[in-house]
Amino acid sequence: MIDARGLSCPLPVIRTQSEIAKNHPDTLEVLVDNKPAVGNVTRFANNSGYNVTVKELEDEEYSLVLTKR
Amino acid sequence: MKENFFKKYWLVMLCGLIIGAAAVTLTAFGNPANMGFCIACFLRDIAGSLKLHGAGVVQYFRPEIVGIVLGACLMALIGKEFKPKGGSSPVIRFTLGAAVMVGALVFLGCPLRMVIRIGGGDLNAIIGLVGFVLGILIGIFFLKHNFSLGRAYKQSKVEGLAFPVMLTVGFVLTLIGVTFFAVSTEGPGSKHAPVLLALGLGLVVGALAQKSRLCMVGGIRDAVMFKEFGLLAGFGCILVAVLVGNAILGNLNWGMEGQPIAHTEWLWNLLGMTVVGWGCTLLGGCPLRQLVLAGEGNVDSAITVLGMIAGAAAAHTLKTASSADGTGVNGPIATIVCLAVILIVSVTHLKKEQ
Repeated sequence: MIDARGLSCPLPVIRTQSEIAKNHPDTLEVLVDNKPAVGNVTRFANNSGYNVTVKELEDEEYSLVLTKR
Repeated sequence: MKENFFKKYWLVMLCGLIIGAAAVTLTAFGNPANMGFCIACFLRDIAGSLKLHGAGVVQYFRPEIVGIVLGACLMALIGKEFKPKGGSSPVIRFTLGAAVMVGALVFLGCPLRMVIRIGGGDLNAIIGLVGFVLGILIGIFFLKHNFSLGRAYKQSKVEGLAFPVMLTVGFVLTLIGVTFFAVSTEGPGSKHAPVLLALGLGLVVGALAQKSRLCMVGGIRDAVMFKEFGLLAGFGCILVAVLVGNAILGNLNWGMEGQPIAHTEWLWNLLGMTVVGWGCTLLGGCPLRQLVLAGEGNVDSAITVLGMIAGAAAAHTLKTASSADGTGVNGPIATIVCLAVILIVSVTHLKKEQ
């Protein structure tokens, strides 16, 4: 799991990118707390062969679950 | 694929076209040449109007800045994206903001004016662009090695609104003729479009930039790091709009010598923009983006903008800012100092792998 709460772009995407590059996980959960980060991580994941489901947790926090296609 | 690209990025491209058109329009209605929209120049003018520096030729409370921040603020409130946030290395951000401003005033323009200058035919700005890209690449190197200024936390609504409100109050005071603000009677500060036009176009640009997240640094950064070209397309659209607008108005003059409010010292044009590119990559966005984020309640960006205003004041007081005659006496040494400061910030904020 990557906790990118409190970080603004591009850092959440970079964290996701390096995790995918290093470990090629089948599923990966990313926590973020702003809308641009949701959009950017989702777009990056889609381009890297992952499907994304976004769940809004309480208080403006989002859980993105990335699943390999 | 192509159709998809336009569908995905039409808003940021439209925003780019409108910024370019607004810049040409503002120049036609009185703003200095090739300076329809320059965040660095305008913040410097505001610093001057507050008498934070004594350079009589660059003093004016620019309504465009107020418009951008308020436009972004209103759009964020409407879209429920006004989320006060802050606490990510405020002093470092203030310092980086000041350094970016010093670099921008060596080159004579923020990334936005760099594009506008290229669109006016100023080839010195192409050299600036080379330095800008170089700075972003150095910044990306550190981002890839886990550079971070630390996380931000939620802040109160009052804290988030403080900066937009402060700016608005200052602007209203100038409107009702409060006399302690300075206004240039000659030089770039004396040249300005009508107040309501400047404010109105600022509002439109701020609102669109908030929605589209347009950013000059982000464009190049995302293209290099993630092969994403959306923001870069917005950057390109600004250039296209300015080129076309200047061609129509007959303001397109290719060359290096005698360009409006520009100098030909290529090394310092290059390194000045390296400071801007590198510093802004660490900050997460160009000066325009910082204004927009400050409007969204991001107090880290508000601090950065205040740092830029302080940097502008310092640049004119310490004679590091350039003019059409060339670099200021202390411009070169200040550029080196800024590069050193940014290097120290870069190296000291590399996080260990978790």
